[in-house]
Amino acid sequence: MANFTLRVNGETKTVSVEPDAPLLYVLRNDLELNGPKFGCGLAQCGACTVLVDGKPTRSCVTPVSTAAKARITTIEGLGTVDRLHPLQRAFIDEQACQCGFCGNGMVMSAKALLDRNPRPSDRQIKQTLNGHLCRCASHNRIVRAVQRAAAALRAEGRS
Amino acid sequence: MNRRDFLKASGGLVIGFTLAPRLALGQDRLPGSLNANRMLDAWLRIEPNGTVTIFTGKIELGQGIGTALSQIAADELDVNLQRIDIVHGDTARTPNEGQTAGSLSVEQSGTALRFACAEGRDMLVSAAAAKLGVPATDLRVSDGTVSAPGGATVTYWDLARDTDFKREATAKVKPKPPAEHKWVGKSIARRDIPKKFTGGAAYVQDVRLPNMVFGRVVRPPSPGAQLLSVDEAAARRLPGVVAVVRDGNFLAVAAEREEQAIRAREALTRSARWKEAASLPPTGEALYQRLMSSPAPGETVVEKTSPVAEARVKTLEALYTRPYQSHGSIGPSCAVAHWQNGKLTVWTHSQGVFPLRADLAKVFGLNPQDIRCIHAEGAGCYGHNGADDVALDAALVARATGGRPVKLQWMRDDEFMWAPYGSAMAIKLSGGVDGQGNVVSWSHEVWSHPHSTRPGSSAGVNLLAARHLAQAFQPVLPADVPQPAGGAARNAIPLYDFPNVKVVKHYIAEAPLRTSALRTLGGYANVFALESFIDELALVAGADPVELRLRHLKDARARAVIEAAAQRAGWQPGLLGDGTRGRGFAFAKYKNLACHCAIVADVEVDRKTGRVSVTRVVAAVDAGQIVNPDGVINQIEGGIIQSASWTLMESVRFDRTRVTTRSWSDYPILRFTDVPEVEVLLLNQPAERFLGVGEGAQGPTAAAIANGIANATGKRLRALPFTAERVKQALA
Repeated sequence: MANFTLRVNGETKTVSVEPDAPLLYVLRNDLELNGPKFGCGLAQCGACTVLVDGKPTRSCVTPVSTAAKARITTIEGLGTVDRLHPLQRAFIDEQACQCGFCGNGMVMSAKALLDRNPRPSDRQIKQTLNGHLCRCASHNRIVRAVQRAAAALRAEGRS
Repeated sequence: MNRRDFLKASGGLVIGFTLAPRLALGQDRLPGSLNANRMLDAWLRIEPNGTVTIFTGKIELGQGIGTALSQIAADELDVNLQRIDIVHGDTARTPNEGQTAGSLSVEQSGTALRFACAEGRDMLVSAAAAKLGVPATDLRVSDGTVSAPGGATVTYWDLARDTDFKREATAKVKPKPPAEHKWVGKSIARRDIPKKFTGGAAYVQDVRLPNMVFGRVVRPPSPGAQLLSVDEAAARRLPGVVAVVRDGNFLAVAAEREEQAIRAREALTRSARWKEAASLPPTGEALYQRLMSSPAPGETVVEKTSPVAEARVKTLEALYTRPYQSHGSIGPSCAVAHWQNGKLTVWTHSQGVFPLRADLAKVFGLNPQDIRCIHAEGAGCYGHNGADDVALDAALVARATGGRPVKLQWMRDDEFMWAPYGSAMAIKLSGGVDGQGNVVSWSHEVWSHPHSTRPGSSAGVNLLAARHLAQAFQPVLPADVPQPAGGAARNAIPLYDFPNVKVVKHYIAEAPLRTSALRTLGGYANVFALESFIDELALVAGADPVELRLRHLKDARARAVIEAAAQRAGWQPGLLGDGTRGRGFAFAKYKNLACHCAIVADVEVDRKTGRVSVTRVVAAVDAGQIVNPDGVINQIEGGIIQSASWTLMESVRFDRTRVTTRSWSDYPILRFTDVPEVEVLLLNQPAERFLGVGEGAQGPTAAAIANGIANATGKRLRALPFTAERVKQALA
């Protein structure tokens, strides 16, 4: 065990874990964040995605030691039920899920996309999210939600 | 969810609603699930704080049932939707409505709540009349406030104490006519969604109890494998390990930290020696030959004969096949179990908390009353997945942790190898067409393993680990789901009016791979076969596929969805594809009892690679009265895309000993860039009863794709899935 100081959603947290413990379990179990999900543990489905220094990262295969110096953002860091981020607002407005288990990863990768491309085409959104699996098949709603969020962010002048 | 929220949510207290008295002979039949849960206080409670709690045995699985039921209750009670709280599936608190399955929740629970709330409102208004000294007929209700003509008011919350719902429902109070609905019929945003996008505690995976440890199972490498030896001691020495549980062929571990449990699982997997046997069937065509040569006798499901005058009958025969397919939920199955003083509490995403409790009670030799199963959502549920099994896993491990609660989640390979599959099926169709191009004979013969091996049957235990224990509990080979809904023969009886029809099923109860309910049961494959074959006969008859269907269909609602889908898609009779692009049509009434759904699918075939893309799908649906239009669209849209994935890509891999599908790389599913554009038309029938919608699109989508490929290329594909390799071969 070793101590690691993590910067998560703007807060500094210290955890005592093995250096190779996957970041996912630290976020879920030590920091009690529900956003990132265990889906496969193999970086195949995208449900565990968080932003590490702004980059979408599969937390299920990321050792905590490699993320210790970085800025980590989970879906909790985007907004709350009372103060929704435009992406969260858009996914709710489009009712863009059934079970919603994949939703965390979709939102986090979309966040990174909109940060670098405020006006993506549907094609670009689909290509960005192609590494994320959705089993209830809310794909079309998810694409619409990302477009809705992009428009909202542009209108707010946040992108 | 933290501890305090949990205590709030689950309380440890058992709310004392009255259990339904035993059904006496001669009791009136009550509507929906009210029949088996007859007490009003089992369904609703007026809370002193200005809210209403409704109770349902049906569970939320992202299909939006909590929202739809709230809409129904709000309308009947005349309260705003925001005042409704809902409790789903909790053996200590809710009615027992069996499984949440078969697209029956609105039909069963919605109907019960509609009548219970109408009666509840009537009682509250009577109480108000007594209190205000005004005839009930003069009173008005708005958001739970009852007003007399003179301006005097009293609220439901004032009346709650004087209104005793502890009595049997009569269902004599008529629910509102559709014109008076304020909430039903509107696309109300789902109540389960905001927390799902903000990191709220939305799933059983988010349940955290004080002092909780993490569990993992080490499953046998193949069905029937026997554990010979394993180095338990070495695993116990690993960091954080709290318990190693070995009981017969059941092997599991608990650890302080989740990653420690996973490490220990890996160590146990490495050191375990198993005796395995080649128990699995062959793959490829041989799989279906094996199915069809099973000794299971053919059972006639329906037979209708009449003389055929025309001598010039052209006949055709075709064999359609469907492989084993996986639920493939994005999150593996998970449960939290906690033993206290010999009593067990389980948080579970089971579709049926009462049947699960019954099977857990058998395994642990407990009274069902000493077990409480509380539903919490899991990842996507498309039928009988690993939810029930993992509940037993967690409970077995939690016996060894000294009273500490255990959260146990399957790994991805557990899920792919051990959650029940949708059965492989073979379906032989034959038919004849007369000189006028009319279908004069039709025969459908289906071979299938079980489609429902859920817990809660009267004999045996249908939980995976139970059969691995030293003192094993075996599942009892289940009977098929009876008609009219049917299991193996679900949707095998054509709705079309043909003069000669024979449907035969071979139900093969003994299954080499564990099979159970996967969205539609046998309906997906039967509709695929039936609706493909009618297109094949249309070709023989020289008829347009849509026209031929309508020619043999009397049901006005069925005709209306077919016509609506054809019109919206711009269906052109007789139009052939151009070699790569084509269009296919299909229709079904789910279970021949639930929603009507017609599908038009546009496909593109890459002749070089064999890759099929479904580019656009138009659906028309009649689900009776629609409670939440967007909810219906979401179900149909999701059903179409999921079915396209099953149809184009999915089959479980195995060799003669082991399942070899372990991860998503062994079981590809449709991704964003492959997903069709989807348009769903709703034909609302406000005066008709609710019809289940959750499974309506699966079957017709498969057939519409097959018909589209045939339309595009002239080649008929009859073996699912239509992988690029298979299509390329067919085109060669």
